[in-house]
Amino acid sequence: MSSYQEATARQRIAAMLDEGSFEEFLPPQKRVISPHLAQLDAPVSFDDGVAVGRGSIDGRRVFIAAQEGGFMGGAVGEVHGAKLVGMLKRAVDEQADCVLLLLETGGVRLHEANAGLIAVSEVMRAVLDTRAAGIPVIALVGGSNGAFGGMGIVARCTNGVVISEESRLAMSGPEVIETAGGVEEFDARDRALVWRVTGGKHRYLLGDAQAIVADDIASFRAAALALADAARGRGTELTLEALEVEQGMLADRLERFGGLEDPLEIWEGLGIAEPHAVPLLEIDAFRELADGHREGAAP
Amino acid sequence: MNWQTVADALFPQGHRIVERDCFLSGEAQVGGKTVAVIGTTEHTPIGVEIALAQATAILDTVRTHPGRAIVILVDTQGQRLRRRDEMLGINSYMAHLGKCVELARRHGHRIVGLVYDQALSGGFITSGLIADACYALPDATIRVMGLPAMARITKVPLERLEELAQENPVFAPGPENYLRMGGVAEIWHGDLAASLERALAAAGPDDRRAELGLERGGRKLALPVATAVRTGSDVQAA
Repeated sequence: MSSYQEATARQRIAAMLDEGSFEEFLPPQKRVISPHLAQLDAPVSFDDGVAVGRGSIDGRRVFIAAQEGGFMGGAVGEVHGAKLVGMLKRAVDEQADCVLLLLETGGVRLHEANAGLIAVSEVMRAVLDTRAAGIPVIALVGGSNGAFGGMGIVARCTNGVVISEESRLAMSGPEVIETAGGVEEFDARDRALVWRVTGGKHRYLLGDAQAIVADDIASFRAAALALADAARGRGTELTLEALEVEQGMLADRLERFGGLEDPLEIWEGLGIAEPHAVPLLEIDAFRELADGHREGAAP
Repeated sequence: MNWQTVADALFPQGHRIVERDCFLSGEAQVGGKTVAVIGTTEHTPIGVEIALAQATAILDTVRTHPGRAIVILVDTQGQRLRRRDEMLGINSYMAHLGKCVELARRHGHRIVGLVYDQALSGGFITSGLIADACYALPDATIRVMGLPAMARITKVPLERLEELAQENPVFAPGPENYLRMGGVAEIWHGDLAASLERALAAAGPDDRRAELGLERGGRKLALPVATAVRTGSDVQAA
């Protein structure tokens, strides 16, 4: 076992790809930094918090990006977003076999707010362009910062999400909700509650993650490749039929669970006899239980 | 701004738009053709219901009226900040809406967004920002997050952020900053109907925002960096 969560962005890439096969685009030696951070006296990074490039996995030509949670929480600024967009376009130019997005991010980098928002929007469109070109795009969410904000939306614009139990996928962070609505709306310090609402197990049970794995890089890799192959098999692009299915799933979810307060009630509603036991289950036991009850995987 | 006033000015040839719980939908006439209209009003937060309602209207248009242009009217304070929406997976509802708009684009629908009042972050990324091009009225405000929450997350003092929000292009909420950065294609003054007709005629599937941001000097690195990555070259300074 090699922990995904504890690894840095570059360690994740190195362990994900065939040994020595990673070729980084615009590496830190090029020293391309954010033009906006200096005015806030914020630190800069020579890679602006993301590594992008290409390599191979068992003969597949894989394009890959990994956000570095250690730099500004992996948040997306102008340069960071442009690196992601450039990599996605190059994946299309070079007809990659698949694209892996190793997301660890709070979303828009607030220090360059307006530029970051447009950047995330450009990433979203570039992901969908890549899918339209027949290339599967898979999101991997296993970092301690999870994937939030606009990048939580981008994750769900891919062909599939692999998540770990420890990681989280959502939109507004608990702190933001608590600041806006008070501690009675969302107590950001209640870790168990935060994990029930945003954590990997809940996302898998709802059908918002298509695979859940242990916190292990090899497990992430295997699950991501399986999702990429499946996407290639059924077609990577958006279709009316697939979006109708997704719309049905989301409408059904709202109807069944929209009046509930806590994910425990949703899990019970999915037919899980002992919802309180869910957070404690080991990954294999959880998957076995969940696969009998979870909602259908969305496109 | 009142949505009826905007709709009357945009669609002098007539419109049938209805509002239900701050969700706008219907159709209108532009240059002798029918367009689909969806949107929101009263700065409503975008929760799971309204995201799904917009997505449903988009898919209905794709199914029932192939090729019909779509106009998205934006007025929102952003995604709804509720634990319950997060529990239900609001990011998936937003993503679904974005994908439905993208599907419409792929099926040949032209899509134009207009920020007629307020736009914020998550509510914007899957509405105006996912259109072929987004426009704004001069008094529109566009921002990422309320300053108190931003201060808490960034650890930058609120007073400093308030100061920056006055005029710094990266923080200030005026549409002209988004114009310079390429996120807004044009700010509409004067004849809104003529502006909309022109925008629909010009709409196309290519994302030109990084290019515009470079041309206009508001985002000098987005296009050069993306191009350098794409072509394996060095970043060409603007």
